Amino acid sequence: MSVRFVLPIKVVLIVAALALSACRNPDRFGGAGGDLGANGANGANGAGGAGGVTTSGLGDPSNPASVAYFNQSVGDRVHFVVDQSTLTDEARGILSGQSQWLKAHPEYAIIIEGHADEQGTREYNIALGARRAEAVKNYLISQGVAGSHMQTISYGKERPIAVCSDEACYSQNRRAVTVLSIGSGT
Amino acid sequence: MAFRDNIGPVPVTCEKKMTHLKTFTVAILLVLMPLSMPAVAEVTLDITNPVIEPMPYAVPDFIAENGEATKLAHDIARVVADDLTGTGLFREIPSSAYISQVTSFDDKVAYGDWQAINAQALITGAVQVSGDKVVVKFRLFDIASGQNQGDGLQFAGSAKSWRRMAHKVADAAYSRITGEGGYFDSRVVFVSESGPKDARQKRLAVMDYDGANVQYLTDSKSIVLAPRFSPSGDRILYTSYASGFPRIYVMNAGNLSTKMLDEQPGSMTFAPRFAPDGHTVVFSLEKDGNSDLYMLNVDSGALKQLTDAPSIETAPSFSPDGSQIVFESDRSGAQQIYTMPAGGGDPTRISSGKGKYGTPVWSPRGDLVAFTKIADGRFYIGVIRPDGTEERLLTASFLDEGPTWAPNGRVIMFTRESEGATGTATLYSVDVSGRNLHQVTTPGSASDPSWSPLLP
Repeated sequence: MSVRFVLPIKVVLIVAALALSACRNPDRFGGAGGDLGANGANGANGAGGAGGVTTSGLGDPSNPASVAYFNQSVGDRVHFVVDQSTLTDEARGILSGQSQWLKAHPEYAIIIEGHADEQGTREYNIALGARRAEAVKNYLISQGVAGSHMQTISYGKERPIAVCSDEACYSQNRRAVTVLSIGSGT
Repeated sequence: MAFRDNIGPVPVTCEKKMTHLKTFTVAILLVLMPLSMPAVAEVTLDITNPVIEPMPYAVPDFIAENGEATKLAHDIARVVADDLTGTGLFREIPSSAYISQVTSFDDKVAYGDWQAINAQALITGAVQVSGDKVVVKFRLFDIASGQNQGDGLQFAGSAKSWRRMAHKVADAAYSRITGEGGYFDSRVVFVSESGPKDARQKRLAVMDYDGANVQYLTDSKSIVLAPRFSPSGDRILYTSYASGFPRIYVMNAGNLSTKMLDEQPGSMTFAPRFAPDGHTVVFSLEKDGNSDLYMLNVDSGALKQLTDAPSIETAPSFSPDGSQIVFESDRSGAQQIYTMPAGGGDPTRISSGKGKYGTPVWSPRGDLVAFTKIADGRFYIGVIRPDGTEERLLTASFLDEGPTWAPNGRVIMFTRESEGATGTATLYSVDVSGRNLHQVTTPGSASDPSWSPLLP
């Protein structure tokens, strides 16, 4: 009895927090205190593990309408060559898939994060990450995704996902990630 | 040149700017004591010489002029020794080698005893403490020339500011022996780092140049990057993700209040640095994926675009006379260093070696530009003349980055990051000659140092 009572409230709170974060602060790496709001829909601490949230279509990767499906099956990120922001053929393929999905789900707000590997100076990498995010944004627009839904941000080399100091990690870190948030779409 | 007898009344006006930095709220008065006769200058130390034999010197514990001063009399002498020896230009003779002891500040110095242990310079001092007030006197003796006179200086301040008084003693001694400006009484603002490499927490902090008196300026809720002191040290520019996007902010170093400097919708701003006038800030502004240099008047809010190119333009730094800006651009296809007139105009490329060049910083002396170089997967800190000649590399490692100049333009501090999954950032210091590379002590990991001017 108590479980059935508590669960829907959790769902509402989490969704509200995500919506707030989408409106106010695109920095999903910020808010180091670990509050849910800072992680966005794709965040590791987001809805996926917080039981019951699948009702809002966020967390079940087997549901083709879910963000989890977008992240894992469509592919939320593309990778770049050293010091380059040109899209590779592989990246174009992934972005074409993203654009199909995004056009079918216009309710999401989109933030494109640009990142660089650690083999560059801090300021240059911020500028380089911005170029990469912009390249993705422009490609998605060329494929018919509404540009008004998209913002870009660069983290430079501040947020690597792979931490070793060789090309196996660098190639994962030179990336642009399409991060979806609910609540601020159309 | 050393031991110049005609040092004269030093025009120090400490009390005027006493509140510029939060922890410097106590005035330190520097007064030339009227107790000296001219000494003949014989010992000199040319710190531009690439090979230097450190000058042997002695700094016995200062004389405690009352009981309350006993601890400070020892501690102040130790900080003076740490400052001087830390330059790599001086070698302290241990007290165990002393033949004679200094028992009174006004005693005649037994030159023969100090010459016998090869001391070339002797620093003596006295400390008096009354309540919260500390008075420090010191003299510098030219042992080699056998002069029995030394100019004396006196400092007064609160007990809290005792390290500053020690740094001022060391600055005066360094200055008179080398003929260069001092740099010990200065602060460094930096980014304090914690947490794993893929979730690094960053917060702004400020400390004395030697790592003492660390004070945190922000929490670690948002990524903060590359703080820069204003020319007088009263404000700090930095980049923060607090709004969700990287934007430049200015912090009042006295009360720690912060203000976003420029809000252009749909853009990022980063890499800010003050002009020597303290009213103008130059920085990178990103629009539609492209970064160019802009100039902002912080008083009027007037914004001026300085570059307009499809390439990346960032990391701008003014020449000390304010007439030029050095910056990096990849307009040639890779990061290189350029200069241009401060109001914008045709850039001149000054880096020409193999590899990529970034983060140029103009020396406060105007004679050199320090930079980060990347070549063959290694990072270097180097210097080059503003006309593009005489490039010299000072350091090399897996990742050296982001030089900042000591107020006298003789020492460079920078970030060194270690390799691999557990890699962390630390601060290092190196002479412009390439000598005396050493780590700067910080409480934890640290990056992006920016040196203040010499404190008033």
